Amino acid sequence: MNTLHEPHIACHVEDLTVSYRERPVLWDIDLDIPPGVMAAVVGPNGAGKSTLIKAILGLVPPVAGHVRVFGQPVAQARRRIAYVPQRQSVDWDFPATVRDVVLMGLYGKLGWLRRPGRVEKAKAQAALEQVGMQDYAARPISQLSGGQQQRVFIARALVQEADLLFLDEPMAGVDAVTEAAIVALLKAQRDAGRTVVVVHHDLQTVARYFDWLVMLNQRIIAQGPVAEVYTEANLRAAYGGQLALIGALRLGDDA
Amino acid sequence: MLSPTLITVALAAAMIGALAGVLGSFLVLRGQSLLGDVIAHASLPGVVAAFLISGGRGFFAILAGALIAGALAGLSVQALRRGAGVKPDAALGVVLSLFFAAGVVLLTLAQTRGGSAGLTVFLFGQAASVLRADLLPMALVGGGVLVVLALFWKEFQFLAFDPEGARAQGLPVARLEVLLTLLIAVTIVLGLTLAGVVLMVALLIAPAVAARQWVRGLAPMVWLAALFGALAGTGGAVISAVGQGVATGPVMVLAAVGLAALSLLLAPERGILARRNRQAQAKKALRGRQVLAALGGLGADHANPGYAGDQAMLDAYLGTDAGPVLARLQRQGYVLPASLAPETGARRWELTEAGRQRLEAPDA
Repeated sequence: MNTLHEPHIACHVEDLTVSYRERPVLWDIDLDIPPGVMAAVVGPNGAGKSTLIKAILGLVPPVAGHVRVFGQPVAQARRRIAYVPQRQSVDWDFPATVRDVVLMGLYGKLGWLRRPGRVEKAKAQAALEQVGMQDYAARPISQLSGGQQQRVFIARALVQEADLLFLDEPMAGVDAVTEAAIVALLKAQRDAGRTVVVVHHDLQTVARYFDWLVMLNQRIIAQGPVAEVYTEANLRAAYGGQLALIGALRLGDDA
Repeated sequence: MLSPTLITVALAAAMIGALAGVLGSFLVLRGQSLLGDVIAHASLPGVVAAFLISGGRGFFAILAGALIAGALAGLSVQALRRGAGVKPDAALGVVLSLFFAAGVVLLTLAQTRGGSAGLTVFLFGQAASVLRADLLPMALVGGGVLVVLALFWKEFQFLAFDPEGARAQGLPVARLEVLLTLLIAVTIVLGLTLAGVVLMVALLIAPAVAARQWVRGLAPMVWLAALFGALAGTGGAVISAVGQGVATGPVMVLAAVGLAALSLLLAPERGILARRNRQAQAKKALRGRQVLAALGGLGADHANPGYAGDQAMLDAYLGTDAGPVLARLQRQGYVLPASLAPETGARRWELTEAGRQRLEAPDA
């Protein structure tokens, strides 16, 4: 039982099926994300992008299938995984400072009964510097803008020093400057050998930001290097009725 | 006036108030205040049953009865939500009423059998029924609750802020939730003789709501909620002692809610007055030039220099009521109410020629 299954793949998903109230949300997902890529998960609204991430992380129970991260079941690979949920999934009026939130990234590693100390605070500060929020450590999170909230969440993931990062719509509702900063930051993570998986909603920027692409619409439509997967046929298969929009997109990209 | 009874009651009220403030902070932050109310009401049938079975008001028997009833109520809520698809608030409401009604029926049955005169205490609480001998077990159990809370402090903090993030790191969130709910249930049972099942929820929530107004972190909030709870407790005990025969529990609740009301009104950053004040200052700081520039910008966006801007849009853009400044600009001849009569009835303004020149002129 201890032999690793597909250890050379950062995230290996086989036959994964998730259903809510007898309706499948994800159907028979087979997915392999190689290490060291920056991957986008795209698909229309309701395609199950967030659910896929949550199912991989074990936050949503699958009815079938299994997941391996670097060959291990997720429960045993938690220390190697970091997760940035959608910003709106928490109450930002919670009484906590920016530092408090970043420190939460270390709670899993710290284990029971241990409190974050000097070492952890230094790590949190370093992570905040990476996202350009070092001057905000003592700020209450209720005073942050949307883009700042997102940076804090990313800092909480960076502080884990994980090999595999999942981010759910990190570019949603942030300004252009923050978006550029986040992309640069994630690319740096990939260049440092980490694997980054991002749920993304903006087809315009897919080819510029990412090198690996997973196209999803309840089933996997296509997966692989962006250049191979980002084709009109695949987009048609994933987005169906929104074709007119996609035609415009393709032209815009070529220009 | 400082009778031994009053000292006993005041001590008990302070302890319970502080403990309820601490645990209530987590209820409030997790948006589960109604759950506290359900646990409190649902404990009644358990308390009465425990009384009937054990034949007395023994602390641990009552505690056990209340916990069993509370657990049954919790399971019923789950069954209604998951099994029958009832919405959470409706499920909580139904279960609360069901258990409370069952408790009252049991209570009346017990009373007709006689020998259970002390039971109505649990409805609204009766501080005078707290005996000196109750203080030590109360302190021990309450202290135990606080120790457990302190041991799992960082996990409970994570759970309250971001349960999914906590699960993604491998924390056993479901078990931690059960533990936290258990601590809250124990706190509620400790407070029943003082505040009763009907009012207990106020002691959990009011000090926490009050404390949230003044702080920036979870630990300060919890400490302050404890202080507010203790103040409301002792205050309630003393006031009710002075006003002969006034029930302590309700006075405690009134004191706690009073503190909450004052905090909502007066807190420096989050209080209603502070917000009003900030808005008033923004209004005062608003310059005519900003309003002219916003109007000009709207015109440019619509590629129509004569565009009439909606005043509500200007208010939203400038973050404050632009009305007084617009009135002044109109007197100065820079803006005019738009002559077109839109069907919406919105107030619209356009720049006059003088206004456009004023806008283009370099800063005076």
